[in-house]
Amino acid sequence: MICREDRLVITFFTTTDAMAMEQFCREDGADGRIIPVPGHITAGCGLAWCALPESEAALRALMTAHGLQPQGVYRCMV
Amino acid sequence: MIYFDNAATTLQKPPCVVQAITAALCSMGNPGRGSHLTALDASRTVFGTRRALAELFHAESPDCIAFTANSTQALNTAIKGILSPGDHVVTTALEHNSVLRPLYEMESRGVELTILPADRQGRLHYKDFTAAIRGNTRAIVCTHGSNLTGNLVDIGRIGALARRRRLLFVVDASQTAGVFPIDVQMMQIDILCFTGHKSLLGPQGTGGLYVRPGVSVLPLITGGSGVQSFLHQHPSRMPTALEAGTLNAHGLAGLGAAVRYLLETGVDTIRERELALMRCFYEQVQRIPGIMVYGDFSPSQRCPIVALNVRDYDSGVVSDTLAARYGIATRPGAHCAPLMHQALGTVKQGAVRFSFCHYNTEEEIQTAVAALRELAKEE
Repeated sequence: MICREDRLVITFFTTTDAMAMEQFCREDGADGRIIPVPGHITAGCGLAWCALPESEAALRALMTAHGLQPQGVYRCMV
Repeated sequence: MIYFDNAATTLQKPPCVVQAITAALCSMGNPGRGSHLTALDASRTVFGTRRALAELFHAESPDCIAFTANSTQALNTAIKGILSPGDHVVTTALEHNSVLRPLYEMESRGVELTILPADRQGRLHYKDFTAAIRGNTRAIVCTHGSNLTGNLVDIGRIGALARRRRLLFVVDASQTAGVFPIDVQMMQIDILCFTGHKSLLGPQGTGGLYVRPGVSVLPLITGGSGVQSFLHQHPSRMPTALEAGTLNAHGLAGLGAAVRYLLETGVDTIRERELALMRCFYEQVQRIPGIMVYGDFSPSQRCPIVALNVRDYDSGVVSDTLAARYGIATRPGAHCAPLMHQALGTVKQGAVRFSFCHYNTEEEIQTAVAALRELAKEE
């Protein structure tokens, strides 16, 4: 059985942007990790940033600070 | 063997490059195709190479760097991706066939082409660029340095003209990336094409192009991108827009290590070493009776290349003798630079090109000079 949990999922237009997000989060000590984009967000493949829901404000601020534009920001069960 | 064919490819790579490629071959999955450990390792490695190149070229962000297999693919992408029938494009006689042939192909499809001439020393005259611009001129495509003579082109000057006249400026940096400082923003370059295996000191099969944010380049090929799989069109965002199919991540691991080596060692340090070797060679061989050296050696800054001929010997015979009798590797023939040979008057004879790397030594230079003295002696 796979347990699903409420998470913040941030998607990006390119793999490069996802890698940049990971780098910025690591440098900042921010929460989260790379996951495959959940199929109910975008059918197909690609990488997303998955974090605890309460990290949303901090992660949005981090992306803004680095000029990184997300494709979408979602709350969902993953 | 003494290796003086570094303008074709650098033979000796920094040890960190070999180590990075070996490690990648043992550990990396497909970059951008999944999120398991090995796929992410590959994605991070490729991203690290983008970052290093963005730093080297002073690009706005790593997104501006798209990877290709070599300069030729990068130049084809740039030239075919920005020009349409009815456009006019300006280029020069210094260019390699990787620029000329895509441009001739576009000419056959209705693009107007102006090729600016070079003089007998392989020099351009900058006023020619201004005079060549027309109402329908779309771009200037120009090398940073001749792969035959080593003459350097003032791309900052041409970039300023192109930006002032609202033209796209495409630069072929095959011979200069890694050995000359290139600041794409300061030099007002819109597209910079580079190869990984020459003075960037990476492996063959790597290269790419910088594209200035806001410049639209149609892709040369489309296909798998790792994102937006159900779209009929290839994604339009850089760098994915110009990267279809699995990247050469193993090679890019090596290129990343090479660029970090260059950044740590210093491009200026490497260039000064190579130019010192080149000057040491040039000053001696140009005094040998029977040897004709091509190019303009009056500027202090030029590519570490010396092209020459020995009497009226075919360049292939001279290069072969240097290899067979002295163990010296050089490149004879036309060097894929037909218009440059026409300008120099060496279409029939070709030229023997000596090109240097910072790993070469003064002792190797002296061996080559002594060999040329022997070959140039009259019978």
